[in-house]
Amino acid sequence: MTDHSGKFLPRPRPETAAWWQSCREHKLNIQRCSGCGAFQFYPRIVCSSCMSGKVEWVQSAGRGKVVTFTICRLPVAEAYTADLPYVVALIRLEEGPTMMSNIGECEPESVAIGMPVEVTFQKWSDDITIPQFLPALAS
Amino acid sequence: MAIVGAADTEVGKIPHLSPTALCIDAARRALEDAGISKDQVDGLVTCNSMAEPYMYHAEAIAEYLQIFPRYCISANAGGGTTFSTIQHAATAIAAGVCDTVLVTMADCLRTGLSREQAKKMQSSTGHPEFETPYGATVPAFYALIARAHMDTYGTTPEQMAAVAVSGRRHAARNPAAQMRELITVEDVLNSRMIADPLHLLDCSLVSDGGAAIVLASAERAADFPHDSVYILGAGEGHSHEHISQARSLTTSAALESGQRAYRMAGLGAADIDVAQIYDCFTPVVLIELEDLGFCEKGEAGAFVESQGTALEGPLPMNTHGGMLSHCHPGNPGAMFSLTEAVTQLRRIAGDRQVQDAEVALVHGQGGIMSSHATLILGRERD
Ligand SMILES: [Zn+2]
Repeated sequence: MTDHSGKFLPRPRPETAAWWQSCREHKLNIQRCSGCGAFQFYPRIVCSSCMSGKVEWVQSAGRGKVVTFTICRLPVAEAYTADLPYVVALIRLEEGPTMMSNIGECEPESVAIGMPVEVTFQKWSDDITIPQFLPALAS
Repeated sequence: MAIVGAADTEVGKIPHLSPTALCIDAARRALEDAGISKDQVDGLVTCNSMAEPYMYHAEAIAEYLQIFPRYCISANAGGGTTFSTIQHAATAIAAGVCDTVLVTMADCLRTGLSREQAKKMQSSTGHPEFETPYGATVPAFYALIARAHMDTYGTTPEQMAAVAVSGRRHAARNPAAQMRELITVEDVLNSRMIADPLHLLDCSLVSDGGAAIVLASAERAADFPHDSVYILGAGEGHSHEHISQARSLTTSAALESGQRAYRMAGLGAADIDVAQIYDCFTPVVLIELEDLGFCEKGEAGAFVESQGTALEGPLPMNTHGGMLSHCHPGNPGAMFSLTEAVTQLRRIAGDRQVQDAEVALVHGQGGIMSSHATLILGRERD
């Protein structure tokens, strides 16, 4: 198994701990505002559309499209060297919010803007399981 | 408001001076240019140094100089923030808080960073929970923007490379520039791929260096020995911090900062004789040229490719060589655009002088296309 220990591991905060917990359960959660219905990611204590404090967790379908991407030819730190070359992308989820991720399990050169992708989860430590994306199976 | 003194330190590799010493060296040169003593400074603005940070940076510089300002503040970032501080200092003078502000900024990213600091710099870009873990380098963050611009507007790697070629041609005429050897579009495209589509020569330099200016009210401009340069307009725009949260990947808040600065100056893009545009990476310049109104959206690539930004072109740009060829010491990077604009408007730029330059625009951006500030400068008070 790949060693992820030297990577820049996220440190969950009080308002994101539940989100990281859902990742450990292999669920990609986003927030939905009970007031105006807007979806948002990353997690916030208020709705960034209407400032309502009533934001609830909903499970994303985990599908989206590549908005933009790059292929890293140099690692950001030693621990990322084994992954080279790796894709960093912005992905727009079907529900609307955009998130950053890697796109794995494919040739980096095969990634394209507009490509459908779906979420998968990678365990980096006992605390951190991180969402990753891979090309969506043709449906 | 007037810039009454301006100066750069040596740039490139300056191992014999610490970042603090370079900051003082820049200050000393700018005060000498303004013909005033340190004791006439009652406002001080600095930016923090990554290689030699202080909790209270401006206060540390004031202490070093044994000056006791009424207005004292350090910026914790560079890019657009640099020009924001100029606007804020000008506002402080206008409000009567202080009279003579020294803005001095320096850092040593080339020779001054420890391994630990270099590592920390990489890991501090991006959202610590939702971006940084994915391993994007700083060029990779900007590559996301470049790819989006290519996809939306058909911008090509050759057009991005033309930005680097344009800057280098100007640097070749600037004895102070760190990189002066002419390059071609092929050289850029053949340089090492860092993060597709950005090659090594699409990325700015890593330098030591510092620069400083002295700011005073326009009424006092005649009291200083050299030609003053007047701030005609200033504007800021802020759209996000983290690129995954950007409103748009291809249109930036340079649109707002530019419009605000033009409105204050009562001028438009067509009135600008020389522009110094933040060029940390080549695609950034294309987006800024469009958002600042010099080109329609999607047309900046062709504009630069057709020599639009050459010294003899319609918009001479980054006449000192920019951060791609002159120097980029991190947070102070945009200061050299400002001192170059002063040099151009004083018409003492020698081989790289833009004929009859009357009005200059300088633009800075920081974060990942996050924070933008535009200044419009003139030879004459409006
Ligand atoms: Zn809402």
